Amino acid sequence: MSFPLLTVTAAVPAVGAILTAAVPAARRTAAKWLALFFSLATLVLAAAVTVRFEPGGDRYQLTESHAWIKEFGVRYELGVDGIGVALIALTALLIPFVILAGWHDADPLETKSSRWRPTQGFFALILMVEAMVILSFEATDVFLFYILFEAMLIPMYFLIGGFGDRAHAGSDENAAAQRSYAAVKFLLYNLVGGLIMLAAVIGLYVVAGNFSLTEIAEARANGQLEMATSTERWLFLGFFFAFAVKAPLWPLHTWLPNAMGEATAPVAVLITAVVDKVGTFAMLRFCLQLFPEASTWATPAIIVLALISIVYGALLAVGQRDIKRLIAYASISHFGFIILGIFAMTSQGQSGATLYMVNHGISTAALMLVAGFLISRRGSRLIADYGGVQKVAPVLAGTFLIGGLATLSLPGLAPFVSEFLVLVGTYARYPVAGIVATTGIVLAALYTLVLYQRTMTGPVKEEVRSLPDLRPRELTVIVPLIALLIFLGVYPKPLTDIVNPAVRHTMSDVQQKDPRPEVEAAK
Amino acid sequence: MENAENLIALLVAAPLLGAVVLLCGGRRLDKAGHWIGTLLAAASFVIGLVLFADMLGRGAEERTLRSTLYSWIPVEGFQADIAFQLDQLSMTFVLLITGVGSLIHLYSVGYMEHDERRRRFFGYLNLFLAAMLLLVLADNYLLLYVGWEGVGLASYLLIGFWQHKPSAATAAKKAFLVNRVGDMGLSIAIMLMFTTFGTFAFGPVLEATGDTSEGMLTAIGLMLLLAACGKSAQVPLQSWLGDAMEGPTPVSALIHAATMVTAGVYLITRSGAIFNAAPDAQLAVVVVGAVTLLFGAIVGCAKDDIKKALAGSTMSQIGYMILAAGLGPIGYAFAIMHLVTHGFFKAGLFLGAGSVMHGMNDEVDMRKYGALRKYMPITFATFGLGYLAIIGFPGLSGFFSKDKIIEAAFAKGGTEGWILGAVTLLGAAITAYYMTRVMILTFFGEKRWQPAPDPATAPGVEPGVEAKPGEMPHPHESPKSMTIPMILLAFGSVFAGGFFGIGDRFVNWLAPVTEFEHGHPPIGAAAITSATVAVMVIGVSIAYLQYGRRPVPVTAPRGSLLTRAARRDLLQDDFNHIVLVRGGEHLTRSLVYVDHSLVDGVVNGTAASVGGLSGRLRKLQNGYARSYAVSMFGGTAVLIAATLLMRAV
Amino acid sequence: MNPVNYLYLAALLFTIGAAGVLIRRNAIVVFMCVELMLNACNLAFVAFSRMHGNLDGQIIAFFTMVVAAAEVVVGLAIIVSLFRARHSASVDDASLMKL
Repeated sequence: MSFPLLTVTAAVPAVGAILTAAVPAARRTAAKWLALFFSLATLVLAAAVTVRFEPGGDRYQLTESHAWIKEFGVRYELGVDGIGVALIALTALLIPFVILAGWHDADPLETKSSRWRPTQGFFALILMVEAMVILSFEATDVFLFYILFEAMLIPMYFLIGGFGDRAHAGSDENAAAQRSYAAVKFLLYNLVGGLIMLAAVIGLYVVAGNFSLTEIAEARANGQLEMATSTERWLFLGFFFAFAVKAPLWPLHTWLPNAMGEATAPVAVLITAVVDKVGTFAMLRFCLQLFPEASTWATPAIIVLALISIVYGALLAVGQRDIKRLIAYASISHFGFIILGIFAMTSQGQSGATLYMVNHGISTAALMLVAGFLISRRGSRLIADYGGVQKVAPVLAGTFLIGGLATLSLPGLAPFVSEFLVLVGTYARYPVAGIVATTGIVLAALYTLVLYQRTMTGPVKEEVRSLPDLRPRELTVIVPLIALLIFLGVYPKPLTDIVNPAVRHTMSDVQQKDPRPEVEAAK
Repeated sequence: MENAENLIALLVAAPLLGAVVLLCGGRRLDKAGHWIGTLLAAASFVIGLVLFADMLGRGAEERTLRSTLYSWIPVEGFQADIAFQLDQLSMTFVLLITGVGSLIHLYSVGYMEHDERRRRFFGYLNLFLAAMLLLVLADNYLLLYVGWEGVGLASYLLIGFWQHKPSAATAAKKAFLVNRVGDMGLSIAIMLMFTTFGTFAFGPVLEATGDTSEGMLTAIGLMLLLAACGKSAQVPLQSWLGDAMEGPTPVSALIHAATMVTAGVYLITRSGAIFNAAPDAQLAVVVVGAVTLLFGAIVGCAKDDIKKALAGSTMSQIGYMILAAGLGPIGYAFAIMHLVTHGFFKAGLFLGAGSVMHGMNDEVDMRKYGALRKYMPITFATFGLGYLAIIGFPGLSGFFSKDKIIEAAFAKGGTEGWILGAVTLLGAAITAYYMTRVMILTFFGEKRWQPAPDPATAPGVEPGVEAKPGEMPHPHESPKSMTIPMILLAFGSVFAGGFFGIGDRFVNWLAPVTEFEHGHPPIGAAAITSATVAVMVIGVSIAYLQYGRRPVPVTAPRGSLLTRAARRDLLQDDFNHIVLVRGGEHLTRSLVYVDHSLVDGVVNGTAASVGGLSGRLRKLQNGYARSYAVSMFGGTAVLIAATLLMRAV
Repeated sequence: MNPVNYLYLAALLFTIGAAGVLIRRNAIVVFMCVELMLNACNLAFVAFSRMHGNLDGQIIAFFTMVVAAAEVVVGLAIIVSLFRARHSASVDDASLMKL
């Protein structure tokens, strides 16, 4: 048997989480370094996965399969395709930055020495989330995936509810109440989605007799497994609902701004850049593969919802007063693009959507983390409390601007490539949707530049005057992310090479071909 | 020369390197930064000259160079390359951009001397050069789009260079947003091309225009026109250009006069094959050009801010170019020719304006100038030559290029031709009027100088003003680094037109790329030329009678309704404010409310009703062991009854 | 004698026990009523054992007795400590276990 690379990649952060949690309370710094070490080790393993993966090879590679619960045909089955590899790499890449950025977020409060903030727990939970997310990108067994999909809510719940943003308006009690509201809302939304998915998972088992994604998909493809149209549609809706909550898609989005607003910036990055990607990833992997016909059937409705997400999210971002909530609504808009790309059912759209997941992860991380640095300095999340920051902290303002420009998909930065692919891919099949989505690029410019103008330019506000510029630790976080944004914007080929074959498979799953150019079609 | 195409990438790379070095280099480059920037801009110009010499060495049909660096976005059914194409049209732009660009770099060394962020300014300027060169060198529309947004970014950064001024930050944001609306047009055009032709490289698209319907080409053309309107400040997306004058003056000269704003003309000329096959789109282009031509000219007449008056003029002159480009093969070459000559004289005029402001405590109100010709002789001379060029004084640059456009407008034929010809002639008269006004207000008449305002109370004042509040200005000639570029540009303003125009030299140079047909105006060329000169003289005379013969009040008189409207950019901004800004604010506010109370409300309502239900159920848990026992017995009884019932059935 | 009569007796005892549990307040009496119900069941088991002619019912009756004995130990301990804390053996006084 070959080396179980995928299992190890997911196990390393899990082990790291346990060890980090076990560090004695007094050795706080040691726990941080330990967590960082394990996240870096995971990154190395993820790099190994990327290297071992052959783009031209089988659809699922590095597979592992062990019996787990024989009575129900549940297996511990892992395997990655290009999309999984890209997202594993993204996750493994972002976590060290998240840990570094949150270095002091869970320190005990100086003012209230009595209140013990469990530093160890913070970093252990982050690693735990990483382990679960990575394993969910690897799982090819529907039941295994379901368990992970639900289980990752637990550490996330504690991360949101237990470690809130220290910058808040109002009293501590007020903040604690809002935080717990956000955490409970996050949990409830996702639990409801998960429960509906559970029903669909059981339904799938009843129909198919096992949980193996590869087996079911194969049986569906060669006609051995017939599903009644209505059954397929109900099952599809069950799965899709859960993923749409997690993604999040309008109108199931309202948990995200609360959660991202109340959580610390690194946790907010964890939510939107890592955990939410499981939702869109699962749409590509499970919805399209298991229920191709139902996916095609639901496409018009989903495209409308995605368009609403794009425009609605962007408009709401314009109206926000809180920096982090603004970024959250911007993310909703971006998730609209991802879902649009997935369900446009063209190669460009789906490649674009996959690239978008990676690029959005990096760009939001960059923007959100800088915003977090800014907020931690001034102690306020309100846009109105800032002004003229670029005069006192030019590097901070510069990196914030680059993060913002990435969010508005400036050509030359990575998100442009993916956004344009999604737009072209959508336009090729649904011209009106393509044009509506294009208005998103104007609105993105609006909310980003308004944010930048109000916080960074203009006369220097008195409270802002003494803000320090970025520290070396913060630069270590932000510079690699920006370098990556530029690199993937100028030379996205390494990523597209991995993603393209997977998209080809998905396209043949849903039995769709790209529309031919009019000129060729005429000939 | 062997492998000249390898040099093309260097053209872009040199300023890009400068931008990276200057922006990432940190403070240790503060001392030398401006020279690094200038040197790399000049290096790019030298490479351009080498390539130009190389191009001249080849026959007219073999002059196009291509170079593919690598495959940019390789995705199934989608091919986007980083690839360059250098033909005569691109070459013209390369020389204009790098030539004028280098001069303005040099000028900025002096102009920005006292600004502590000078290094960053040069970094942005280099970034602009790189993006602009990418725009004109790209061999496909997607890469052009990269350059297109790149110059937008550079323009955003430079307009807002003095970010601590709220007006500058707002102007920068406005420019970027309005441009984004135009960019939307470009990206939709690219999508249309992709679905129609399966590619968006210039070559295949422009060759295949015959294979598709006219309706599709019209749609593409209109979308390209939208893009051009955004970038070139044409009606209805013109409103950002006036505000863009918040940027430092060298920026106004380079970006908002000579190069970036002419990108729209480049786009339309480059896509000539599409427009030629879509007469409706062409008509739209011509209409936009004609309307903007008059719009800009009228705005230019009313502004008292010297830079804003020049901005109105820029708008109007680009209107000429767009109009010419909309005329098809009879106009493309003249559009580009006017673009080049305009690049010289308008850049010269802006630099002159900058030089005046430099000497006058950064005062921009022309009503507070006057009699400056004695104090700033070089500025006066160069500005004067630029002035003569722009009004089309016979023999100078503007005369040749503008006259050709007017001829081409008449040659459009039919009623359209007469209307267009009349509009262009009217525009020429107004141009002469407002430029004479600028000239008289600034350099002639009485001194109307005012003490320097207090920056604390006058937020519109440019920073870096050395004068103390209340001090009278001491006009003085600018340093050499500023006057030399002005002199060189004045040289271009005088001779470029003659050099290009006589013997159709420029037309023959461009013809292989843009196609060329001789237009045949319904009246003789000589008659048109004399008409042009005549309206110019009329415009100058009216301005002289109005401003040269009478003392000019320091505060602007109330003016007629038209004047007041023109001062407010013909109410375009008010319209934008009421419809877009206010409307948008209401929309977002109500959406925030909807999100909070409706979308979230439904969910919260569900949660509340579940909570209420559980509250009622809770009452059953009263803590009395007996009531639990009752429910147990009851439950057991029900179960037994059910079992028996099932048996019985 | 017909073994069915034993079943009637068992049902009667069970009903008395159940009624006692529901009606009486004194914890000791409630407890005794529970015992009564258990013994009613035992009686039924033994009767069934007799009716079916195998020993399953008797074995279960023994189990029930053991469980009942254990239950008495725990239950009386609870009642005694409750009485000590509250000076009353009324089940209605112990109603704190509610939401």
